[in-house]
Amino acid sequence: MVRLITHNLLACHARGCTSNNFPLRFSDAQIETRKADFNADFIRAFMPKLEWSALVDAAKQLGDTSLPLEAPDMLDEEFLKNLHRVLLEIHIEEGSMTCPNCNHRYPISNGIPNMLLAEDEIA
Amino acid sequence: MSRPEFIAPPEIYYGDTEARKYTQSTRIQQIQVDMTYRALELLNLPHDQPAFLLDIGCGSGLSGEILDEAGYHWVGVDIAPSMLEVALEREVEGDLFLQDIGQGFGFRPGSFDGAISISVLQWLLNAETSHPTSSPPHRLTRFFTTLHSALRNPSRAVFQFYPSSDDQIQLITSIAQKAGFGGGIVVDYPNSNKAKKVFLCLYVGGGGIQQVPQGLEGDEEVESTAKFERRRDRERQRANSGNRKSVKDRNWILKKKELYRKRGKEEVPRDSKYTGRKRRPVF
Ligand SMILES: C[S@@+](CC[C@H](N)C(=O)[O-])C[C@H]1O[C@@H](n2cnc3c(N)ncnc32)[C@H](O)[C@@H]1O
Repeated sequence: MVRLITHNLLACHARGCTSNNFPLRFSDAQIETRKADFNADFIRAFMPKLEWSALVDAAKQLGDTSLPLEAPDMLDEEFLKNLHRVLLEIHIEEGSMTCPNCNHRYPISNGIPNMLLAEDEIA
Repeated sequence: MSRPEFIAPPEIYYGDTEARKYTQSTRIQQIQVDMTYRALELLNLPHDQPAFLLDIGCGSGLSGEILDEAGYHWVGVDIAPSMLEVALEREVEGDLFLQDIGQGFGFRPGSFDGAISISVLQWLLNAETSHPTSSPPHRLTRFFTTLHSALRNPSRAVFQFYPSSDDQIQLITSIAQKAGFGGGIVVDYPNSNKAKKVFLCLYVGGGGIQQVPQGLEGDEEVESTAKFERRRDRERQRANSGNRKSVKDRNWILKKKELYRKRGKEEVPRDSKYTGRKRRPVF
């Protein structure tokens, strides 16, 4: 179960990969949507942690173009509900995430990304 | 009795059979759940705020289910595919990652409001491979440094673990310190062979003068039961107080099971009068 909320926090951790290693790019993503309980406080508190443009981009890679290009200053209920849906209700079940810097590919299977590194990739 | 970490690497030891045996044992469930509550207490999160937590070595989700029940959002990482598979079957809410914590994390700075880890750290002291980057000190360093950066300032990380010597405790705490953490060791019931539990409580930021909490003392048999029961009640109250995601009720579970069945998932537990009931420790 990887969702955009965690994808937005995830950079590549392979050896020597310390810049331009975020965000990981999705390919062949298969998604499923599942309802989750909405908590406006949680979403509002999470806003400062988000890299907004990376989120907009990742959502677009998954076929969702509902987010504004710039994060709004006023967080009204409608915006928060949509952000909740994008962050917590879209599950990436299969596919992979690729590092823009070193091109390491993290496969996703059964909703679980495989973050294991080969011996020569360990920092 | 030999410890699991001396027998085989974790992803081998916790294969399909052991992952199931481990998760189904009511004795293990009870112990892991109680230790998770204690870890949450030591984590001391602000009561009125939602939190995003990391469960390090989440396994089959015994600890994660407590986080769900308490209304926290969380991410779980584990090296054993079979354990993660059981976690999926148990429909835990957290996002799961297949990851060797000794290789470090890639989470961006300040991602998590706290971390817990139940019965995992001792595995990092027993590296199975002879590869130079895989020595226990190297793995511990990589682990603690990347964890420190993934945590918000201020915040805490609480680890229950089974050290096999004082030297191991020394090694772990000194590496955690070098990685920037404050804090130290809390021992519950230090005089009881059976009930003794070791917790490593690490702090990020907070001015550096935080005192490590006291360990629990006394007669565990009687006391901890009462304590944990009370704690569970308190957790439930807190979870119901509105600021967390709502706690799952029977209808929610039935709906979710229906959904899984529709999606063709096998082994969805059948509905019964027990569905959605609180699991209580068995005595
Ligand atoms: C005793 S189980 C505890 C699982 C869970 N925390 C609980 O309380 O039920 C120990 C777990 O640590 C995991 N583990 C051991 N070494 C690990 C490593 N290097 N990286 C990630 N997980 C590891 C094992 O796969 C196993 O699931």
